[in-house]
Amino acid sequence: MNKTLLIIKREYLSRVRKKSFIIMTILGPILIAGFISLAIYLGLSDDSIQNIVVIDQSKMVTNDFEDSDKIKFFYTNKNLSDSAFENSAYNLMMIVNEHIVENNKAVLYYKKYPSISVQSYINDQLNNSLEKIKLKMHDIDSKVYLDIRTAINIGVFDIKDVEEESRKTELAGVGFFFAIIIYMFILLYAVQVMRGVMEEKTTRIVEVLVSSVKPFQLMMGKIVGIAMVGLTQFLLWIVLTFALITAFQSMIFTDPLAPEIIAQQQMTPELQQELLTPQQSSAGEMLDLLDRINFPLMIGMFLFYFLGGFLLYSALFAAVGAAVDSESETQQFVMPLTIPLVFGFIIGEFAILNPDGASVVWFSIIPFTSPVVMMIRLANGFTPDTVWQLYLSIALLIAGFVFTTWIASKIYRIGILMYGNKVNYKELWKWLRHG
Amino acid sequence: MDKLTIERVSKGFYKHNALTEVSFGVKEKSIFGLLGPNGAGKTTLIRIINQIISADNGEIRLSGELLRPNHIEKIGYLPEERGLYKKMKVGEQAIYLAQLKGMSKADAIQQLKSWFIKFDIIDWWDKKVEELSKGMAQKIQFIITVVHEPDLLILDEPFSGFDPINTNLIKKEILALRDRGATVILSTHNMGSVEEICDEIVLIDQSEIILEGKVDELRTRFKPHEYEITFNGSILGFTNAMWTNFELVDKAKQNGTIKARVKLLNDKTLNDLLKIAIAHVDVLEVKEVLPSMNDIFISAIEEKKHKKEAIKP
Repeated sequence: MNKTLLIIKREYLSRVRKKSFIIMTILGPILIAGFISLAIYLGLSDDSIQNIVVIDQSKMVTNDFEDSDKIKFFYTNKNLSDSAFENSAYNLMMIVNEHIVENNKAVLYYKKYPSISVQSYINDQLNNSLEKIKLKMHDIDSKVYLDIRTAINIGVFDIKDVEEESRKTELAGVGFFFAIIIYMFILLYAVQVMRGVMEEKTTRIVEVLVSSVKPFQLMMGKIVGIAMVGLTQFLLWIVLTFALITAFQSMIFTDPLAPEIIAQQQMTPELQQELLTPQQSSAGEMLDLLDRINFPLMIGMFLFYFLGGFLLYSALFAAVGAAVDSESETQQFVMPLTIPLVFGFIIGEFAILNPDGASVVWFSIIPFTSPVVMMIRLANGFTPDTVWQLYLSIALLIAGFVFTTWIASKIYRIGILMYGNKVNYKELWKWLRHG
Repeated sequence: MDKLTIERVSKGFYKHNALTEVSFGVKEKSIFGLLGPNGAGKTTLIRIINQIISADNGEIRLSGELLRPNHIEKIGYLPEERGLYKKMKVGEQAIYLAQLKGMSKADAIQQLKSWFIKFDIIDWWDKKVEELSKGMAQKIQFIITVVHEPDLLILDEPFSGFDPINTNLIKKEILALRDRGATVILSTHNMGSVEEICDEIVLIDQSEIILEGKVDELRTRFKPHEYEITFNGSILGFTNAMWTNFELVDKAKQNGTIKARVKLLNDKTLNDLLKIAIAHVDVLEVKEVLPSMNDIFISAIEEKKHKKEAIKP
């Protein structure tokens, strides 16, 4: 078997079989899915019936609110003491003060924190009833009011593409999600490359190894092996997270969201408009958003930038691991390496708001920041005019990792056999020139 | 025929010479001592032979062929600074390292198992290296070095870390490997083992060869012309008799007999010494004092130092 393959295999298997890898792989999705499900659970589902006592000091809203299946309103004029409320069968107590019409403020007391949907339901009820009161006070016909009430919606269109409404910022948000993953995995796994190289150096097995294989093979074998570990973990996370979320959903919700959304798409727009509650419409928008992303391109490019960025950075981290004798010495070299990555991440955050900004364009082309920044731009896609930027970015990233690997292999080759002397930048420069 | 030929090999590291025009040959099926004080350039030379680093100048031939990458499969190298992956199982690790030397997996397993059984360490196969003592790890490293049946073995301080019993075991194995056709280069500071098993040596100091040759010949060449003579009788009488033409270097009383070391002066021979000695004491035993490799090592290096100092103004 090819020796580089042997090295890749060892690096891969020795990590994938580690307990910490297995634990992380299982725990990661459980945590992610758990958080997501918990958020959904807290926000949406609250099976218990909420009995709300409304202390109507204004005497204006009594019997005005509509009960729902799970939310029942009870009205009184008398104040209820805190302890009386606590001992009562009511879950919530809302105090509507005398001057509610002027100050628009009410207070809700709870025994157990009510879900967001319960809060917004109560809010809507009070809002509606106050509006009605105010209309009467000003003697305005409610039909007129409804006509006046306006929710403006400005469609933003690219003149070159008038068919579709622009959703650049939202799309960039989706891209940012991919950018975070790339950022996280590069940092996590490049450091593993560094540790692996240091392990071989400090245990002194490296001299046995380099008498069998070239240092370059050893370095590349390690980098590629660990890249595959990263991809494996990432894929497992995705599969497990989806599986877990689906499982959670079927446990928590009697009717999942998905069929409704599919049904909506088959309806006429008007009907849809009427039927959509705010929540459902955001789910529909999300779907529309995801529809606009060219996923085969996005995922292909994600894999490319993930690997390219990883190769670029991990080669340098490997060089650091080879140059130093102990973990404590790594600090001075690791810092300058992480700065461009963190910088790319910050640029990425700006790019959400302005995906076509000049600085964003440049940093999506420069190899050290492109793996993070380009993800955000990719979500928006490229036009024939700008697609050269993608090609340039790809070409530069390839050139970039060939270059860093070349530099790193020189430092690596000398570093792994050097013991005992503290290395500084001047020393590294010497190695580069003589290596 | 020479298994390995080193021709005018030089190597420098930023203005400091590690090797200066070093040339020597290593005979096939011999055990060759590569000696020298710390920092002399031995490790650099060994790394060049292993193609870990390249020489600035000069040629190296293995069995007459210029050194090329696939030769590393014919070389077994036990570095002085050696280690293993701590978290990996012994057997798995040995298989991996054997495969890196070009063995097939099946071959590696078969050969390794037979070595492990021979060294009586087959129980360690599934242990992790971190559970082993240093000596145990050394044994495994030795096996890993020789398992692919290399033609040329380069052993850097192979006995360090071993107790006398295991040192003996390793010594025997080295000799057995030689007898089976391997050529062995031994780099060590353990001069006792050099005398015992090396056929030839080179001594490198400050990047240059300062001494080379067969161990027997060197010991003859560096003979101090001294004899150790054991006798019964008056030590005073013996001392007086040695007054001219001889120098009494040392004397010691032991279990009633006396041992004395005598240096011959003024072209005197052993016969002359014996004639005089017999006249005064009962001679029990006479033997010529041969220099130890240790003595040769030290005197060669001191001599070089003096020469250098003499050249300096």
